[in-house]
Amino acid sequence: MRRLINDPYEIVEEMLQGYVKAFGKQVKLLEHDGRVVVSKNAPKKDKVGVIVGGGSGHEPLFLGYVGDGFADAAVIGNINTSPSPEPCYNSVKAVDAGKGCIYLYGNYAGDVMNFDIGAEMAAEDGIRVETVLVTDDVISSTDVEGRRGIAGDFFVFKVAAAAAEERLDLDGVVAAAKKANANCATMGVALGAAEHPTTGKEMFEMESGDMEIGMGIHGEPGVRRGKTEPADAVVKEIMDVLVPELKLAKGDEVCVLVNSLGATPLMDLFVAYRKVAEILEELGVGVHKTFIGSYASTMNMPGSSVTLLKVDEELKRFIDYPTNAPYFVQI
Amino acid sequence: MYENTLLGKAYFTRVIVDMAAMAERERDYLAQLDSPIGDGDHGINLSIGFREVTKKLPEWENENLTSLFKKVGMTLLGKVGGAAGPLYGGFFMKFGEAANNKDEVTFEELALMFKSGVELVESRGKAVIADKTMVDTLRPALDTLLAAVEAKTEPLTAFEQCLKAAEKGRDSTIPLIAKKGRAVRLGERAIGHLDPGSASSYMILNIFFDNLKKELA
Repeated sequence: MRRLINDPYEIVEEMLQGYVKAFGKQVKLLEHDGRVVVSKNAPKKDKVGVIVGGGSGHEPLFLGYVGDGFADAAVIGNINTSPSPEPCYNSVKAVDAGKGCIYLYGNYAGDVMNFDIGAEMAAEDGIRVETVLVTDDVISSTDVEGRRGIAGDFFVFKVAAAAAEERLDLDGVVAAAKKANANCATMGVALGAAEHPTTGKEMFEMESGDMEIGMGIHGEPGVRRGKTEPADAVVKEIMDVLVPELKLAKGDEVCVLVNSLGATPLMDLFVAYRKVAEILEELGVGVHKTFIGSYASTMNMPGSSVTLLKVDEELKRFIDYPTNAPYFVQI
Repeated sequence: MYENTLLGKAYFTRVIVDMAAMAERERDYLAQLDSPIGDGDHGINLSIGFREVTKKLPEWENENLTSLFKKVGMTLLGKVGGAAGPLYGGFFMKFGEAANNKDEVTFEELALMFKSGVELVESRGKAVIADKTMVDTLRPALDTLLAAVEAKTEPLTAFEQCLKAAEKGRDSTIPLIAKKGRAVRLGERAIGHLDPGSASSYMILNIFFDNLKKELA
């Protein structure tokens, strides 16, 4: 196993301890719950609390996006596993400013169960918590509600957080999050498996030189496996799905996220973006902002994804809203 | 006839100890079952949860069956996460609740404890038979157990029938398309794989049976 770790059963705690030591100016761990990362400025007066979360192993996803202007808290589960209900509830207690809270996370059965129990516990305290599930992984299901959430988490979280910063009420923040989710689509390609630190083994089997189009960020199988093709062909196949999904037409504008699943170098991401930009240019679709890097990983998995967020003036303003979250600083 | 078979703290404590040992022993097997159709975490998370149960078990010496299984359930709920945390955690909390704060129960009462637990799994997981989940093991096992108790079948025979139904239910998940959990996204690609939740729930039932055999031997 090519992982440099200590006891795998302590890996999440050790990661979190290191994280808050590294970025102590922006974030801290909740004193009575080491699975909740909170912004140093939370709760903020009259602001809806924005809470994100999910399993570990997708860093910088979740914890990296806690900070002023972004999420107020992230609830952290075991590797590839939703957090349990108690930290979900504790995060609400920590960041609620009397305006209610929103849970934002990718659509997975385990996350839904645990966050729902957390929301029920908060309701008993008279705190309203609403949930918006991210469902950007277009090929994961034919019906939109069944789709899982992957790199598009970043855009949906960012938009909802900025809406909350602008002091929209809970219904307004929910509407903004839903709008972002409805305009967001992702498709990825896996070139191999991540190594699970506990078993020491690769999370699934894949022959060297193969690729799998549409694979999920936990290694859920995708739509097609075959020999790895040139980047331009793979990006074209991805864009051929994303463009009609978002009904992109001449004059539209998008934000583009080319994401590494962990082991794909930045070099390859720029090669991929080159083709994305070429296709968008041909379509007459404008690019408002680009995000190239590892925004939602699967530990050391080789592979990448392309996410498009179709934006209007409102979504652009939310995306551009300043934040000091350690993994997305924007002035 | 069931009045003579009282199952007490010693029995249930052995069951808990054996479940924890199972979670360690079967960790990689369950993770491997989960890999092709889920995300490969089922066995690992169960082992994380039961390690914590093992650590705390000595502190629970004076609990009655209800409070003991509430603590087991709360620990699993708090440590396991994913879908297995709320499902197994909720199962054991409801399982214990049905013991009505007693220190020992009859075999008939044990069957009702299972009933209470299985119903929680069904309602929380919103799953029914043939969704390719642990319900495929638990529901037929429960129905068989309740019918056997109704017929006043001798406990070991009753549980043996229950376990056979559980095994059949577990194996019935192999050819199914998943309707719940991560495997749901696979559609037909989930066909041919045993559901890990149905496998672990069979193992747990088997532990209850094994210890019943020892108890009644």
